[in-house]
Amino acid sequence: MSDLIWILVSALLVNNFTLTLFLGLCPFFGVTSKIATAVRLGLANVFVLLLTALCAWFLNRFVLGAAPYLRLISFIVVIASVVQVVEMAIKKWSPALFRALGIYLPLITTNCAILGLAIFQTNRGYGFWQGMAFALGAGFGLTLALVLMASIRERLEVADVPAVARGTAIVLIIAACLSLAFMGFAGLGTAT
Amino acid sequence: MTESHPHGMTVGAASPARTPSGRLLVTLGLAGALAGGLIVSVYQATLPRIEAHRAALVEAAVREVLKNPTRWDTLYLEPNGLTRKLPAGADPARAERVFWGYDGRDRPVGAAIVAGQPGFADVVTLMFGLDPASGTVLGMKVLGSKETPGLGDRIERDTAFTSQFPGALTPLLGVKTRVGRDPSQVAVITGATISSRTVIRIINQATARWRPLLQRYGERGSP
Amino acid sequence: MTSTAPAPPAPASLEDLTRGLWRENPVLVQMLGLCPTLAVTNAVANGIAMGLATTFVLLGSSLMVASLRRFIPNEVRITSYVLIIATFVTIADFVLEALVPGIHKQLGAFIALIVVNCIILGRAEAFASRVTVRRAALDAIGMGAGFTAILLLMSATREVLGSGALLGHPLFGPGFEPWVIMVLPPGGFLTLGILLLLLAWRAKRRSLGGRSR
Repeated sequence: MSDLIWILVSALLVNNFTLTLFLGLCPFFGVTSKIATAVRLGLANVFVLLLTALCAWFLNRFVLGAAPYLRLISFIVVIASVVQVVEMAIKKWSPALFRALGIYLPLITTNCAILGLAIFQTNRGYGFWQGMAFALGAGFGLTLALVLMASIRERLEVADVPAVARGTAIVLIIAACLSLAFMGFAGLGTAT
Repeated sequence: MTESHPHGMTVGAASPARTPSGRLLVTLGLAGALAGGLIVSVYQATLPRIEAHRAALVEAAVREVLKNPTRWDTLYLEPNGLTRKLPAGADPARAERVFWGYDGRDRPVGAAIVAGQPGFADVVTLMFGLDPASGTVLGMKVLGSKETPGLGDRIERDTAFTSQFPGALTPLLGVKTRVGRDPSQVAVITGATISSRTVIRIINQATARWRPLLQRYGERGSP
Repeated sequence: MTSTAPAPPAPASLEDLTRGLWRENPVLVQMLGLCPTLAVTNAVANGIAMGLATTFVLLGSSLMVASLRRFIPNEVRITSYVLIIATFVTIADFVLEALVPGIHKQLGAFIALIVVNCIILGRAEAFASRVTVRRAALDAIGMGAGFTAILLLMSATREVLGSGALLGHPLFGPGFEPWVIMVLPPGGFLTLGILLLLLAWRAKRRSLGGRSR
């Protein structure tokens, strides 16, 4: 059990997907100007990540034993289909949510965090519950990073940023500070 | 490709005719088959080198931690204990294993065990040699770590640290400075205490787990 | 989605090759492919390997997409492109592991993540699917070279400052205390941020200099 908790905490804080593992950067730089959108995208990601962990576990366990070289292709095809299905489901059952998320959903397919999760999960040989804990931690870690960046950027709108730094440059420097701060979590969960 | 007569499908057409689903499936099927074929051929071509390299890594590690054994057996973990041969139908890729080494006179020297635990940054994986009769560590080699370069990664490079392991007696005790001649004391690296203690913890926990199994194997041999 | 772009001018030109190097540099201008740019640039060897692997995948998939562009039905084009790209990435993964296993281990999951590198799918959709094979190949080489150049610049900076070495060879004496943070995640963000800052500053100076004339 403590094993599951470490996996979750590690993905959430110690090895945060965005700030430490460099996954999911496209939405991080593109979609973080408002806190509300950041939260919505983050939660959508959590959902897709959980589904991905499930599918990856299933594929690894039952399908790919005989043909490990087809892993990447099957992962990417499954992920694309899952996101497509999720998009159609949201469109049908919650048109309001669909309007709110808008173009962000297709962005999730090429979001390296989704494929990255499937690959890390495979490389570390996680079982079913470990994969779920990993996806939960990774998703909320992503959301945390997105919300933090969005909060700072909202303040930045009214701050006096030098002209040369405006745009992506200042966001990157802020991300450096956030990443530095998150390094403080290193060692969390190790018994001494 | 099968059908080559155009279905009004030219690039840049304002409103292309809807391609029949049959053609879509055929295209995807062919693309999939082509992709699969290409991948399989490259896989077969590169497999020998990749396997050779992986085996070489394991071999080098086993030699180092068991101090150059003449030969070794791979023992798999089964519900009954350790065995040299897996029962029919069992998947060798999934079974946990240790390496049981012999010296030049065919006497067992000990077992090489791979184990890992979360460290400072991420999981630290190492292989260590264990003499199950006395509980002595024969050698230690870090196989993979993401510890901080220059600090935590000294568990790999700092010879003052790594040289303490051959001859150390389990359960190991991490201390700031060694006092007396206690063989179970291991001095941790200043500035990398968490990474050092992770190594010690990995060895202690793996020993607690494998030593009884190895002792039983040593007494009765392979079932 | 229907392709509504007008047919681009036909002949291949040097422009196709140089576009990706500076004017439409995938990282600095288009802001694509940021994940690998930050993740694998902690050492020059890793940066070069990733750049070459990405260029290989880019070239292979652009060639295949351009050759097959008349056969791929519109409705399944994205899926086909992704399938083609994933095939080349899988091949690159095996070849790297067979030839340079040490670097393959360092790059880890990021080799497989080339599949979702937006540069590749972006070029396939925006360019390779609409032009001749020759132009697609030149464009792929140009974009790949531009990407590799940035990886090289960033990894050189990070390795020299963060490890005091270049390609594994120590540059300074043993007394040098490396700025370790540069080879850690914050260093990646910082290096790219400062690079963009310098570019913006240079652009501003040029525009100011132009106006005062």
